[in-house]
Amino acid sequence: MTLRVEDLAVARGGVPILSGLSFSLRPGTALALRGPNGAGKTTLLRTLAGLQPPLAGQIHGAGEAIAYAGHADGLKAMLSVTENLTFWADVFGTSDIAPAMDAYDLHGLADRPAGTLSAGQKRRLGLARLLVTGRAIWALDEPTVSLDTQARSLFADSLSAHLQRGGSAVVATHIDVGLTLEELDIARYRAAPDLRAGASDEAFL
Amino acid sequence: MKALLLRDLRLAVRAGGGFGLGLAFFLIVTVLVPFAVGPDPALLSRIAPGVLWLGALLACLLSLDRLLALDHEDGTLDLLATAPLPLEGALGIKAFAHWITTGLPLVAAAPVLGLMLNLSVSGYAVLVGALLLGTPALSTIGLFGAALTVGVRRGGLLLSLLVLPLYVPTLIFGAEAARRAATGQEAATPLLMLAGLTLATLALMPFASAAVLRMGLR
Repeated sequence: MTLRVEDLAVARGGVPILSGLSFSLRPGTALALRGPNGAGKTTLLRTLAGLQPPLAGQIHGAGEAIAYAGHADGLKAMLSVTENLTFWADVFGTSDIAPAMDAYDLHGLADRPAGTLSAGQKRRLGLARLLVTGRAIWALDEPTVSLDTQARSLFADSLSAHLQRGGSAVVATHIDVGLTLEELDIARYRAAPDLRAGASDEAFL
Repeated sequence: MKALLLRDLRLAVRAGGGFGLGLAFFLIVTVLVPFAVGPDPALLSRIAPGVLWLGALLACLLSLDRLLALDHEDGTLDLLATAPLPLEGALGIKAFAHWITTGLPLVAAAPVLGLMLNLSVSGYAVLVGALLLGTPALSTIGLFGAALTVGVRRGGLLLSLLVLPLYVPTLIFGAEAARRAATGQEAATPLLMLAGLTLATLALMPFASAAVLRMGLR
């Protein structure tokens, strides 16, 4: 499914940060979002995932097709690696967690409570969750944070396998993930400071 | 949905899950009341229905700030909101899990603690029935409060202040039913009112909670 974004404007905390953003993402391609801290990468990804409404513009083809992975991995410290992954597989209506365990080399950690994992191991488990969602478009926010070189190559392999299956991905990252991705510098779409009208995303409070 | 329910129940009974918190609080309150008001069986018997209801309500309140805050901190709520499960359903399930781990143990403990407060014999059945009817409302109203305060750091105080007035009707009708039964009066009217309140909150609160949570997640 092609993700198409037209003339999108997004706001964070009532302040518009991006406007006039348009791109489309065909199946089998990945887009790397570049931009300095605070440029709006996370806000854009959250908007694509449907966690906040856009200020203006349209998003086509997202909705139920998108799997979001943010800074937090959504892991429960008291549940084991297998239990965490099985839970997300059940929620997304898939059942087989073995391919995800393979892809991120988690078999050795299967029975460990997630709370005892290192930061990099937690991140691997968080990324493995994407594979059990069965969704076509990944929205990834700094996916390689705290991963070592080997885990980073596991991620690159898993991403390229996903693209070959006809999936696509939007990746916010500062570093090279080891694949050639299309790049989009969102700093060019910085919203004009006077674009305040209707900017408040607070319905009340 | 079943996966979410099982996960919440499993988390509640594992270490640090807070399963016994409400129950322990309920026990402490009802054990301490006779020491505080003095060993007068007639007085204790008269205040028993109210004390038991108040204890159950406060015990429930105590566990509310864990209902959504933990899932918000570790990012689970963001991921649940993008999952195929409707958010209303997911929140309804979370309130149900909260009721099973908090409300139901309180209902089960109430007759035992009633004994310590010299509750009159005719009051037991209606007390348990009223708690069984009323505690689901405490969980679903609490869910709404938790959803409202989900983005607020250490929102426990705000949560209690928001939820307490909404708990008052349930407390009034629940305690009234138990009091009437204990004094040998007919208790059907307050029980029916209580059931109506619970059904209304069950129908409304998951939708209201999902609506405010979507705003809180922005």
